[in-house]
Amino acid sequence: MLTLKQRRSLTTALMGILAWGVALAIFFPIFWMLLTSFKTEIDAFATPPQLFFTPTLENYTLVNERSDYFHFAWNSVVVSFGSTIIGMLLAVPAAYSMAFFETKRTKATLLWMLSTKMLPPVGVLVPIYLLFKDLQMLDTRLGLTIIFTLINLPIMIWMAYTYFKEIPKEVLEAARMDGSTLFQEIWRVLLPMSKGGLASTVLLSLILSWNEAFWSLNLTASQAAPLTALIASYSSPEGLFWAKLSAVSTLACAPILIFGWISQKQLVRGLSFGAVK
Amino acid sequence: METKTLDAGAIRTSKDAAPTTGGVSKQKARMSRLMVSPSVLLLLLWMVVPLSMTIYFSLIRYNLLYPGENEFVGLENFHFFVTDLGFMAGMTNTLLLVGSVLLITVVFGVLISLLVNLAFWGQGIVRVLLISPFFIMPTVNALVWKNLLLHPVSGVFAAIWQFFGAQPIDWFSEFPLFSIIMIVSWQWLPFAILLLMTALQSLDQEQQEAARLDGAGPWALFWHLTLPHLARPIAVVVMIETIFLLSLFAEIFTTTGGGPGYETTNLAYLIYSQALLQFDVGLASAGGLIAVILANIAAFFLVRVVGKSLTEKQ
Repeated sequence: MLTLKQRRSLTTALMGILAWGVALAIFFPIFWMLLTSFKTEIDAFATPPQLFFTPTLENYTLVNERSDYFHFAWNSVVVSFGSTIIGMLLAVPAAYSMAFFETKRTKATLLWMLSTKMLPPVGVLVPIYLLFKDLQMLDTRLGLTIIFTLINLPIMIWMAYTYFKEIPKEVLEAARMDGSTLFQEIWRVLLPMSKGGLASTVLLSLILSWNEAFWSLNLTASQAAPLTALIASYSSPEGLFWAKLSAVSTLACAPILIFGWISQKQLVRGLSFGAVK
Repeated sequence: METKTLDAGAIRTSKDAAPTTGGVSKQKARMSRLMVSPSVLLLLLWMVVPLSMTIYFSLIRYNLLYPGENEFVGLENFHFFVTDLGFMAGMTNTLLLVGSVLLITVVFGVLISLLVNLAFWGQGIVRVLLISPFFIMPTVNALVWKNLLLHPVSGVFAAIWQFFGAQPIDWFSEFPLFSIIMIVSWQWLPFAILLLMTALQSLDQEQQEAARLDGAGPWALFWHLTLPHLARPIAVVVMIETIFLLSLFAEIFTTTGGGPGYETTNLAYLIYSQALLQFDVGLASAGGLIAVILANIAAFFLVRVVGKSLTEKQ
């Protein structure tokens, strides 16, 4: 017979094993992608799939061969960082003003901003596409940057707002008493105090822009196409490129995966618009 | 309660500050209003311009292949869109997709986050592994599943089926919609886990302990304490997922292309194919407006839940 204590620790151990099992199962596709990226194309297509093989770095060194990987990666970098920087320049002042100079309309404004996020992209795909065509912005990095800025702006304002809200007003009042200007107040007092929060706002914006697929598939062709579009091009059945597909995918996903791991806790706030903390 | 004390504090400080820096504060308040306006203006443009264009296009005949024939046709486009063969399929598939993914992610999300909330060895790593799929880009998700896992010849699933002596399944041709539901759930389950896991950490442990001492069983604890605590995060998960899943596109685009037939065509894909493959702008715009109305129904509830949290926590 087991004592109560023994039974408890047995349950804990079993639950731990179960949790590990579930986690490994959910992570398996990513693990398999990583593994396949080190196979030759022949190993990648072998039946049954091979767990043990002679690893090769060939796919990574040849990553540029089938398609100009760095061209697409650079587009992703420019568009993600571009939209994040513009977004922060717009979001920080807006969130500052709403957090510290609240008016009767602030709450309504915030909720309205959130509601723009709910406009389904297909509802405005046609006009945006035609506008872009007329303005010659189809397949340009500028066009995509503008779209990404606009779709992420509400989330960034919300996130910055919830972080600013946690800073006691008195601190800013004190700075004001010392006669600092508005810019000094934001730059020297507010930003250093909310570094962590703003950093995760930046990360969330980068993650969302990097992984965005609807607009990048519809508005770009080759010039400005980011990695999401490059990878979609592997879906055409023009040969077996699975090991290379895996290598390209691994390269495309690794930075974002690491960003996500680092900032998982703070991301919850942004992803839930502050409703879960 | 908390709201009141905070507000009172804010009023007091601004009053205290008033005699010395009143003028400066007022000036800053005015300036700060200017600081919101660029964002408000841009978002207003982003919302109003394309949406009014969509409404306009939906009321005229507008096909890019027949330029110049743009007469007003009233609700004809809506009539055509709704009676199109693809529409019923698109609506059914959209609802099936959204409904199934929601059900799967919420149910398993609650179960897994409860499991992970227990103390065991390697908790941190397990959490990191669990949330990872959420950060994988949708096109990678689709192609990895299609080519490496679900492929009928060399996929991992085919190998498992063969190991048990069963005939491997060609998932995307035999069960196309189910396959899409599966890969989308894989992507969104981590989102539910991430939010619910975080919410569980703020669960009142003392209350749990007290209830346990009063003789409440695990089921009663879950039903009366844990689940009510998770009600709001679950509502948030449901509504945010609904908004994203209503416009699900990349996963379908890269795997099945809406087929076979209309079997995996959802509303978003139908509108895309009408606009950019058949060049019928009028028809696609009518479809776009229908999608907007659907999303608004979900958005209405989300705004209420989030709005509530605004008043409660600050």
